[in-house]
Amino acid sequence: MSAIFTIAKRELGGFFNSPVAYVFLVIFLLLSGFMTFMISNWFGMGQANLAGFLVWHPWLYLFLVPAVGMRMWSEERRLGTIELLLTLPVTPWQAIAGKFLAAWAVLGIALLLTFPMIVTVNALGHPDNGIIVAGYLGSFLLAGAYLAVTSMTSALTRNQVVSFIISVVVCLFLILAGFPPITDLLVRWASPGVVETVASFSVMTHFVGLQKGVVDSRDLLYFASIIGFSLFSTSVILRAHRAG
Amino acid sequence: MIKVEHLQKRFGPKIAVDDVSFSVEKGEVLGFLGPNGAGKSTTMRMITGFIPPSSGRVSVGGFDILEAPLAAKRLIGYLPENAPAYSDMTVAGFLAFAAELRGLSGDAKRKAVHRAIEMCFLEPVANQTIETLSKGYKHRTCFAQSILHDPDVLILDEPTDGLDPNQKHEVRTLIRTMGEKKAIIFSTHILEEVEAVCSRAIIIDRGRIVANGTPAELKRRCDHAGTVTVRLAKSAPGAAEKLAALPGVGKASAQEGGLFHVIPCDKSGTGIAAAIYELAARETWTLEELHTEEGRLDEVFRSITLGDKSTKEVAA
Ligand SMILES: Nc1ncnc2c1ncn2[C@@H]1O[C@H](COP(=O)(O)OP(=O)(O)OP(=O)(O)O)[C@@H](O)[C@H]1O
Ligand SMILES: [Mg+2]
Repeated sequence: MSAIFTIAKRELGGFFNSPVAYVFLVIFLLLSGFMTFMISNWFGMGQANLAGFLVWHPWLYLFLVPAVGMRMWSEERRLGTIELLLTLPVTPWQAIAGKFLAAWAVLGIALLLTFPMIVTVNALGHPDNGIIVAGYLGSFLLAGAYLAVTSMTSALTRNQVVSFIISVVVCLFLILAGFPPITDLLVRWASPGVVETVASFSVMTHFVGLQKGVVDSRDLLYFASIIGFSLFSTSVILRAHRAG
Repeated sequence: MIKVEHLQKRFGPKIAVDDVSFSVEKGEVLGFLGPNGAGKSTTMRMITGFIPPSSGRVSVGGFDILEAPLAAKRLIGYLPENAPAYSDMTVAGFLAFAAELRGLSGDAKRKAVHRAIEMCFLEPVANQTIETLSKGYKHRTCFAQSILHDPDVLILDEPTDGLDPNQKHEVRTLIRTMGEKKAIIFSTHILEEVEAVCSRAIIIDRGRIVANGTPAELKRRCDHAGTVTVRLAKSAPGAAEKLAALPGVGKASAQEGGLFHVIPCDKSGTGIAAAIYELAARETWTLEELHTEEGRLDEVFRSITLGDKSTKEVAA
């Protein structure tokens, strides 16, 4: 446990000693503001909820989360520090968890920094704050799922750009499999059962419920298993790479 | 402390390390020699648990590196090749991080970091970020990391690479003194280092151990080890024959300028220099030089690592 904490602390130091964290925070806040106010026309909708804000998160995270996570393991491999880290008395799991949690914390901080949205919506109307909390939880889990995928792809290569591109593609698939315009197209060719099965792998299917304030244990389980599976794959990839 | 049994590592069809066995006890400093690509770093990576062997066993302090990796790793200090370090951290921050992962905290951590900084002469750069360090300082930082917890076992992959001559000297002295209480393996391409520091040396070539012995034993494998060079002030007629007739002498040949090479019948045979000295005294020759060739490690290294390559090529 303390090894996970030590590694996470070091990673966080790395984020905040370099421009990565600040650039991410600023871009995240600017883009989410832009999309909420300009594209969703949040003030014009006249609704006291955050739907117009949260609906953009799967797309916003699509590029921003891989950008935060792409160096997680690829940089360790490029600099050779992975040899140092994994010959210290820590298990690969502790290292994977520590790095993941640190990056997830950065994403969490970004999300918390959008609190003016909550303040505003409460000042202007009477929103259901339970729905808002569920929506934030969904957004945080969504970010964690993308980040775990990025952890896996960053273990594949020592090149950050390659790691970024692969994780964007995988995350895009996770969106599109359950994105209504795509699923509507798919039903023309495939039976509804197949489309539903494919869609059940999508983050969209499981994010929508949380966004509406429904905390379903199946949705939570989905995000937990995406994260668990991707981190497990990370350890398999790292082991295979070390074995040569 | 370190026990390596029939270690083998394959990368695809290529065998990088092939049936390597040896052991190192406390108080020993083992030098690892071999041409580029011989498999030194690969062997060290298997000992430290970074890469799993294809077959064979490694145990450190009685702990199998695959079965009890954490217990084994706690005993080991490791300086990987090229001295990797987190470039965004300061020297002191990096050492504190490594100390924490070693399970040190509070006062013990501070003391360990301080001690390592002192031993590796890092005071002037302690608060500098690692990416701004010169190569030698970066190397010393990673070296400091390996001795933080005063480990029983030290594995050092080219510890003097990139250091200036003074620092090379300091590091050698450090390894020699630490070697009295620890089991140390270090690799190097500098052969004087082996003579200065090692109690034993292993030469490895294309994955196999081709020589294993004390530096003195290895030197004796040199072709002209034991040869005595004699220089006389004035040429003395028949000197070569008289030298050749001495007991224990195999051959004596006259060179230019009163120089003679006297080759003993048996390389380990000592005392022919004394016999030559007595002969010179009897014959009233004026000796200008009398010198026994100890053998040179670089020649042994070349003849072992190049020698059997040519025989293999002939065979192939
Ligand atoms: N991950 C890997 N995949 C494939 N081959 C590898 C890998 N690591 C090492 N090798 C090969 O194994 C052989 C031994 O390499 P190693 O790094 O152990 O040599 P070395 O003795 O340390 O050489 P040097 O003196 O140059 O440091 C080399 O031929 C190298 O190409
Ligand atoms: Mg090497």
